Amino acid sequence: MTDRDRLAAFLSTDPRDGGCDEALALLHAYADAYLQDPDEAARHRPSVAAHLAACGPCAEDLAGLLAAIAPR
Amino acid sequence: MPAAPDPDSAEWLRALRATGSERLAAERRLHTLLLGAARAEVARRNVRATIPGAELDDLAEQAADDAFMSVRRRLGEFRGESRFTTWAYKFAVLEVSGKVTRHTWRRPDRAVGVEDWSALRGRLGLQPEAASEWHELLAALRRAVDTGLTPLQRSVFVALMLDGQPLDVVAASLGASRGSVYKALFDARRKLLAVLVAGGHLTAGEARR
Repeated sequence: MTDRDRLAAFLSTDPRDGGCDEALALLHAYADAYLQDPDEAARHRPSVAAHLAACGPCAEDLAGLLAAIAPR
Repeated sequence: MPAAPDPDSAEWLRALRATGSERLAAERRLHTLLLGAARAEVARRNVRATIPGAELDDLAEQAADDAFMSVRRRLGEFRGESRFTTWAYKFAVLEVSGKVTRHTWRRPDRAVGVEDWSALRGRLGLQPEAASEWHELLAALRRAVDTGLTPLQRSVFVALMLDGQPLDVVAASLGASRGSVYKALFDARRKLLAVLVAGGHLTAGEARR
């Protein structure tokens, strides 16, 4: 990947991205669904999935929640 | 549409809405769960190098207390979209997230008001070579940032991409939500890409990749 590609990739946005507010409001529902089937969770809530793929802090919060609810 | 909660979640709701000793016992159980989740999240975020152990314990306890208050206050908002405990844990994770970020971020040692555009290379993971092409692209990007963005979008771009401030730190300093700061950067990125493509600095194909 060239520098131009990297810059273009950074500037590119996913129109399905629903933003932090929606993702955080649904994070608990997404996390329970993700634990069952990550692909199905993404299919069911594409705007949340698109956001979590782009937003580091929200993705880190999902990782924390998944760690909290993971079966021990 | 609200879903009927699963039996365990329904029992949590019933006990937390009860009175007297039953409610107190449920609240104690909930606080214990939230404290465990907050401590685990603090440990998972691996910030022991930047926050002393005693402060980490305080941070986890404060996060658990704040999460507990949020759950109590917002009990009526639980819609059964997840297990009750997942919904409650979310508050603990988000409290730890915000507190750890604000606690650990330190402003780089540089003069206030000086924008370090060279920092963008590292931030985007760009290669040290190909400097001449990059200089041209950077100059076009900088012009677009200076002339094409709103004052808020520009402030957010500079704070996140040049200063390297975490999103939650920028949000706190602006008195805004994480969502509104993310949206400002999202809109800024869209505008900047359009300007760079229109100016022939990037191709439409590169923009779609």
